[in-house]
Amino acid sequence: MTSDITSRRDAAAVPPIRDTAARRGSTFLTAHPRARLWLLLSAPLTWLVVVYIVALVALLITAFWKVDSFTGEIQIDWTLDNIVTVVTGSLYHVVTLRTLGVALAVTIIDIALALPIAFYMAKVASPRLQRILVIAVLMPLWASYLVKVYAWRSVLSGEGILQWVLNPFGIEGPGYGITATIITLSYLWLPYVILPIYAGLERVPDSLIEASSDLGAKSWSSIRLIVFPMILPAIIAGSIFSFCLSLGDYITVNIVGGASQMLGNLVYTNVGTANNLPLAAAVALIPIVIIFGYLFTVRRTGALDNL
Amino acid sequence: MKLSRVSRGVLASATGVVLFLVYVPLMVVLVNSFSTSQSLSWPPPGFTLEWWAKAFQSQGALEAVGTSVQVGIIATAVALILGTAISFALQRFEFFGRDAVSLLVILPIALPGIITGIALNNFFRTILGVPLSIWTVVIAHATFCVVTVFNNVIARLRRMGTSLEEASADLGAGVWTTFRLITFPQLRSALFAGGLLAFALSFDEIIVTTFTAGVGVTTLPIFILDNMFRPAQAPIVSVIAVVMILVSIVPIWVAQRLAGNEKVVR
Amino acid sequence: MMKAKSIKATGLGFLAAASLIALTACGTSSGGSSAGMLEKLGDNEGQVNILAWPGYVEDGTNDPTVDWVTPFTEATGCKVNAKTYGTSDEAVSLMKTGEYDVVAASGDATLRLIAGGDVAPVNTDLIPNYAGIYDFLKNKQWNSVDGVSYGIPHGYGANLLAYNSDVVSPAPTSWDLVFAADSPYKGKISAYDSPIYIADAALYLMNTKPELGITNPYSLDETQLAAAVELLKAQRVNVGEYWSDYLKAISALDAGDTVATTTWQVIMNYLAQPTAVKAILPDEGATGWSDTWMVASAAKNVNCAYAWLDYIASPEANAAATGWFGEAPSSAAACDFREDCDAFNAGDEVFANKLWYWTTPTAKCLDGRTDVTCTDYAAWTAAWQEIKG
Repeated sequence: MTSDITSRRDAAAVPPIRDTAARRGSTFLTAHPRARLWLLLSAPLTWLVVVYIVALVALLITAFWKVDSFTGEIQIDWTLDNIVTVVTGSLYHVVTLRTLGVALAVTIIDIALALPIAFYMAKVASPRLQRILVIAVLMPLWASYLVKVYAWRSVLSGEGILQWVLNPFGIEGPGYGITATIITLSYLWLPYVILPIYAGLERVPDSLIEASSDLGAKSWSSIRLIVFPMILPAIIAGSIFSFCLSLGDYITVNIVGGASQMLGNLVYTNVGTANNLPLAAAVALIPIVIIFGYLFTVRRTGALDNL
Repeated sequence: MKLSRVSRGVLASATGVVLFLVYVPLMVVLVNSFSTSQSLSWPPPGFTLEWWAKAFQSQGALEAVGTSVQVGIIATAVALILGTAISFALQRFEFFGRDAVSLLVILPIALPGIITGIALNNFFRTILGVPLSIWTVVIAHATFCVVTVFNNVIARLRRMGTSLEEASADLGAGVWTTFRLITFPQLRSALFAGGLLAFALSFDEIIVTTFTAGVGVTTLPIFILDNMFRPAQAPIVSVIAVVMILVSIVPIWVAQRLAGNEKVVR
Repeated sequence: MMKAKSIKATGLGFLAAASLIALTACGTSSGGSSAGMLEKLGDNEGQVNILAWPGYVEDGTNDPTVDWVTPFTEATGCKVNAKTYGTSDEAVSLMKTGEYDVVAASGDATLRLIAGGDVAPVNTDLIPNYAGIYDFLKNKQWNSVDGVSYGIPHGYGANLLAYNSDVVSPAPTSWDLVFAADSPYKGKISAYDSPIYIADAALYLMNTKPELGITNPYSLDETQLAAAVELLKAQRVNVGEYWSDYLKAISALDAGDTVATTTWQVIMNYLAQPTAVKAILPDEGATGWSDTWMVASAAKNVNCAYAWLDYIASPEANAAATGWFGEAPSSAAACDFREDCDAFNAGDEVFANKLWYWTTPTAKCLDGRTDVTCTDYAAWTAAWQEIKG
């Protein structure tokens, strides 16, 4: 590399700096970091605020309005009725608790499944095997969500593979219902949980673990005391995906959930069936509040930097 | 890394078991694509290549794939630009509201798809008064794809440091030249990985898409949703899924190769 | 420093919120446009956007032999863009987008569309094939208001009782099979996933609890609705899953996950053969549906829309469409093109009148009672969510 520089320097004199508009712009930007910041932030921020935040607020505001039940037209009639219905209705309590339960179960299962795989991929597997494993983990993401859920419907059916495997043992499969929903959702979000944990584990230098074992710690202690605290933000980052995605899902419940409904279904039926956007918006407030709460709580752990 | 043989064995078998379980449903899909049963029942009553033939001739399916690819590419391109810009802003600068901005970037993907969907639907139709079309889908997809690019780029920026760029500036390169010759090559694999994930997200997205797609805009997930209602078409959907998985191997492998060349030695 | 920042942040937040509220208040649309009836046909526009149940608008992409759209396009030059919907409720909300010219709506959607101003009255003089349609389908409660027709009948079908004869014996003759409280088939019963299913419960109560005084299953006052809800909550305990799309119902029946359910003939047609699943019309009668082709009030392609309405009412096209779906056709002439008319009781006015066709429940009692207010569809929707739990 050094020879390149010297030979270039010998070959031709450095061209004089021309005072073009680009040059002046460049100088200006270098000297004014605020201008650079402004240039960088303006487009994405405008986009996100205008497209997303305005849309979201507009939706949530309808929660305070009413709908004419027969024609389905929204009337700008300020009222707290919808909020009250959602906060006090026992249906909403039951469904919220059920949805929270499912989301938590899915998150715990996914983390439990992701940790060994991520660890193996990041720390134990050879580079070639590592590449293959990453491909193997990412490939299912490309099979359509709907197709995967229908495949699980087929697997969990009374005549499906699962029952066929369990039959010799005389065990009855879970069939369709909440258990099936948890299983399917865990399956769907698993790659999203594996990836951040894998990335986090890659950042843990091997030298630390070796030092720990040199100091006499067994493998499990090293992992528990050294690695785990370092990857906790990454684990939480993964959990954000599985928790948030499960909280609002309504399609999986529809297909494998039997007769159950979750929060997403309530929102969906109010938008579609009932044509009652205000009530749907009021119900939507429940997962929004929960997710905001979750995000604020985990912000401190640095998980948001690990997504 | 020095782990006992037992630990290594346990981890390897755990990995093997989980990966096996991950692929069982996909195997079911593969088998269903050859099954004579139209309603995906198991075990398959017979085998046929009929669905494979029909899938490749299906005008609707091919058009849907085309639409999805179009939407995916444009949305990914937009997400790449916006995501990179925001990553630079958040990683290189300190400013008021920094936390709020990073939260804002994550929101479109953290909040349930149905909420994003009906919010955008309401926004486009009622507030802006524009009819739904392929562009409303692109806008929606770009919005929640920003975060995947953002994650990858900001992680890379943290590892990169600014010394090379400062050196380049010291040597007289302008802002754009520095970006083009110094920063971008280092970011390339992160951009590719982020872009790939963004494309995958957009390609498979169904919930927000159903609420923002105009009449006649049929992305692949919408096509699948429509055809899962049609018993004569359902197995074609299985074929499409299998093809998508196989096709996906290539870009993922390329992304891995690109990333692998810059891997930090363990 | 942090405090100053957070105060500044809150201030900005309020300002932003206030401006957003103002913006959205401006932007929200008010009522629908008033519907005007087309007086005279003009030139065809070149395309038409149709919203219908899956299987109603087949153009050969599904099955090359099933195609009645291509002949239409060839004859009129109107290219058909079809969108399918899963439930009537979806249809109503899709029609509100104003992007469709024609909709095939079931009776539980039609009155809502009319009241919402989303559809216009149809000038039946401009539809030559209207004359041949069975009279008992015309100007009914669900497709006309005060004698003004809002659409063209497509056909009619019943919600039958399907059961798996290998598991359920002796052969059932009554809806007892799905409504009995202590059912031996717990976990394997299914039902249609829509608030309109409440009418099925009401129909059952018409026969088992006449003291409730129900004369029309879509016309329920508070007490009667409460009784229906109680019946459905008891049924919920035995239900394995509800179905709203064909594939779910078909796969469940094929796999034996469901042994008793309400069903449509088209589902029976798709079961893997040979099958043990049979469908019957129980003694109590059944709810049914008679779909209506309607024209959107803001239809951009209104001439092509009328062309489609006329075409789909023509005997050959109607026979193809209704035959494929599995329902009785709308005219006697259509039976010349179908061999299974008898199986569907086509033209049998007595049979047709035994069915309680899907109609939107309204606060104004459909059975004519004026001393009570009946429950409307919004109440039924809220009740349905409570039932599912």
